[in-house]
Amino acid sequence: MTDGSIHPGLVLILGALALAFLRGTLRSIAVVALPILALALIWQIPDGAVWQLRFLDYTLTPLQGDKLSRLFATIFALMAAVGGLFALAQKSRVEVPAAFVYAGSAIGVTLAGDLITVFAFWELMAIGSTLVLWSNATQDSYRAARRYLMIHLLGGVVLFAGVTGHVVQTGDVAFTAMQLDSPAHWLILIGFLINAGAPPLSAWLPDAYPEASWSGTVFLSAFTTKTAVYALIRGFPGAELLIWVGLFMVFYGIIYALLENDIRRILAYSIVNQVGFMIAGIGIGTEMALNGAAAHAFAHIIYKALLLMSAGSVILMTGKRKCSELGGLFHTMPLTTVCGTIGALAISAFPLTSGFISKSMVSQASIDGDLLWVWLLLTAASAGVFLHAGIKFPWFVFFQKDSGLRPAEPPMTMRWAMVVFSFLCIALGIWPEPLYALLPYAVNYVPYTGAHLVTQLQLLLFSGLTFFIMLPYLKRTLTITLDTDWAWRRLLPALMANVGLPLVGAWNLLMRSTLSWGSKALELVVQEYRPDGRFARTWSTRSMALWVLVLLLGYLILYYV
Amino acid sequence: MDEKPHWLDQPRNVKLLWRGFIVVLALTVLAEQLVHLHPHFAIESLFGFNAGFGFLVCAIMIGVAKALALVLKRPDTYYDDGKRDD
Repeated sequence: MTDGSIHPGLVLILGALALAFLRGTLRSIAVVALPILALALIWQIPDGAVWQLRFLDYTLTPLQGDKLSRLFATIFALMAAVGGLFALAQKSRVEVPAAFVYAGSAIGVTLAGDLITVFAFWELMAIGSTLVLWSNATQDSYRAARRYLMIHLLGGVVLFAGVTGHVVQTGDVAFTAMQLDSPAHWLILIGFLINAGAPPLSAWLPDAYPEASWSGTVFLSAFTTKTAVYALIRGFPGAELLIWVGLFMVFYGIIYALLENDIRRILAYSIVNQVGFMIAGIGIGTEMALNGAAAHAFAHIIYKALLLMSAGSVILMTGKRKCSELGGLFHTMPLTTVCGTIGALAISAFPLTSGFISKSMVSQASIDGDLLWVWLLLTAASAGVFLHAGIKFPWFVFFQKDSGLRPAEPPMTMRWAMVVFSFLCIALGIWPEPLYALLPYAVNYVPYTGAHLVTQLQLLLFSGLTFFIMLPYLKRTLTITLDTDWAWRRLLPALMANVGLPLVGAWNLLMRSTLSWGSKALELVVQEYRPDGRFARTWSTRSMALWVLVLLLGYLILYYV
Repeated sequence: MDEKPHWLDQPRNVKLLWRGFIVVLALTVLAEQLVHLHPHFAIESLFGFNAGFGFLVCAIMIGVAKALALVLKRPDTYYDDGKRDD
């Protein structure tokens, strides 16, 4: 049953294929118009099942609407539109279509009413995002894309095993809230968490994202982790384990980002940090917390894309990507500096920015639930966000020492994309009601109170004081910090080379020698039966009589013994 | 501060910014007296709690990061040697 509605995700995916045939201005228009068309379609989707079809013994619902679905689909389409605008100056003709397949399948996940459709779009996302990475066409991005794909195919297998188990046990394919009461549900949770950048495989994210092109990373930052956040809100609200997973992620992200020198790896670790806030909120699981997680995902996509756009502009215009090589860019890139700083303030949840009105709902939920330790850790983490992203990123890229670089501002389309998202960061911060109206539950929260303003400003500004006092300890060096990707980039290959391959060699040797001894023994037996063998010959009567005599004698002796 | 780039390069003005920053810091703590904080947890009602907490936890996080770096820091060419991860 399809009531004539068009699937917005498929519009982006099929539109991406059509982009291959377009050139010049027509292509530019299509790049921005396709996601806007998808956005318009998303707002036509009513509540409840829209498309239904029979597949094997199951009724699939590939298109279904509710507030949560539309919220995530909206921000994904908006991201594709502004990301497309930013990427108009991109020379690769593969990247934007790949990003649209990626965005379209992310929208497909959020609008799917059943687990089989979720899985299908989930895998298509992995392919789209891998192509985005690949289209940077460097040796490093090629290798990073292979590692990235490996982790995501692994996650896909785990998710599929879980979905299959769930369907066999319950006979139901609908994607609704689940309890952690069976191995199948654990597998589904693990599949979701792998994409969310949760430990222990979290290192796939900072390993892969910074290897995309200056525009590719902007797309990558938005969809995979936030689709996982959506899936966790829908599938596992209130699973207490998620509080601790989320809290681990916030601090892991901060600590690693503090040590990082590559500007986009700082921001990649900070994605894990921000997704940690959302996952902790999902673990708390109250309406306030789930609203907070959803609102924070919405706000986060915008300011994180903005931060990565400013980083991408710097990389495009200077060809450099390390803090230790940059600095003083505010002289000639004032617009990029202002936009990057707005993104940095928004991620830090400064008053009058989008982070202030979204993240605080998760904190408020921990207060309402009387969870003192969770609240203390979330507050500490909020201070840490300002430290590792809010100040560190703009300070080392645009200010600090003068690197002597005097790059121009990036092309006009890139500037416009940054201005649009900067505007949204501030507009949502000043006027949160439209976003609150989109949230899955009724919002009973007032972000702007005297107490919230004073406490948040104290927290952030004193974190800033720590940053500048301890600046000598934060000087960037030409180093990386080992992360869990060491396991699959070094440990497993080394085990394979030093233990696995010798074992395989020894086994092969053993098999070969066994085989050669065996075949020699067989040969000895077989040759007796050949046409010229002993047993095939015609024997003389005399020798036959002799051997019969020997046999009978032997029998006689045995009989008496 | 972005409109007049060269203004920012003078040490005299940087010092001025520092002074302004310290005044703002003091004001945020003093502002506690002016607003009703309605603390939920007992610890929140300590004077200047958020200021002290923010300062302290950031120092701790930098300390932890430095300690972790002692063990896990490698040259950023670590994974480059022959691209062994292929």
